[in-house]
Amino acid sequence: MTPQEIFDVLKEKFGDSIKELKSDKPVDPFIVIAAEKIAEAGMYLRDYEEFLFDQLMCLSGVDMGDGNLATVYHLYSFEKKHKIVLKTIVPKDNTDTPSVSNIWLTANWHERESFDLIGINYTGHPDLRRILLPDDWEGHPLRKDYQVPEFYNGMKVPY
Amino acid sequence: MGLLNKLQDPFDNSNIIITTADKFFNWARLSSPWQMFFGLACCAIEMMATSASHYDFDRFGVIPRPSPRQCDLIIISGTVTLKMATRIKRLYEQIPDPKYIISMGSCSNCGGPYWEHGYHVLKGVDRVIPVDVYVPGCPPRPEALLQGLLTLQEKIRKQSLAKKSA
Repeated sequence: MTPQEIFDVLKEKFGDSIKELKSDKPVDPFIVIAAEKIAEAGMYLRDYEEFLFDQLMCLSGVDMGDGNLATVYHLYSFEKKHKIVLKTIVPKDNTDTPSVSNIWLTANWHERESFDLIGINYTGHPDLRRILLPDDWEGHPLRKDYQVPEFYNGMKVPY
Repeated sequence: MGLLNKLQDPFDNSNIIITTADKFFNWARLSSPWQMFFGLACCAIEMMATSASHYDFDRFGVIPRPSPRQCDLIIISGTVTLKMATRIKRLYEQIPDPKYIISMGSCSNCGGPYWEHGYHVLKGVDRVIPVDVYVPGCPPRPEALLQGLLTLQEKIRKQSLAKKSA
């Protein structure tokens, strides 16, 4: 199925939660979804017989630079050989995004990484801890407004 | 009595050599600096190449040991992250004296390419442990690491038991 067809089916099923399809960018066409609907939409995308998106190729966190954080989901179907990209955008002061780790198990560590470095709160995640940085690290370093600390555990950080 | 007699006796084949304690200990130390089985990043690949048959680190007595208790030498081969730095500090403290450090490559010398935007990188391993020899390069070729080891051997050769060196 083409992205436009996928978008039309989702639009019919989920209505206004499916915000727009962007295909004018030099990247794969992506569908913007309201964050609170991503888990439901993900389950539908995986199980609906026309979609069968059985693989989450990648899940990334992005700082949009305008005060919003985004999560990008790259999906692929081995059965149907088609793919689609989903994007949820949340403001920095309320980053709650439902976890999709029960839909695609791959998402478990990807969401932990996104939480670790960008600071998106994946609600319903079974074990949302830092995965790369030490547990006592403060802040989320890949945010645009992150300030490098002067010291970490007595070790000077800047050059 | 016994020692001098044996030296003069041409029929006694006991091979006694007289030297100073400093020279003897230094010779023993520089001839078998056992290395910690420890690699951090891409420099570790060059370190492994140095250990392998073509460059043969073993001819200098450098054998990788999997426990810090049995080591004399750490080659810090790669990017030292802040998370790893605490572990390196602990491993360093677990090595019995005398112990030597070779800092291998730009990252471990000064932060390397991460010097400005590496929020997670320690800008030089000498901020947590004392380094004896710095080997420049990104990564250094095996020849450079061998030169670093030879430099360390020269440093050990000049040590003295009488005064403690850093």
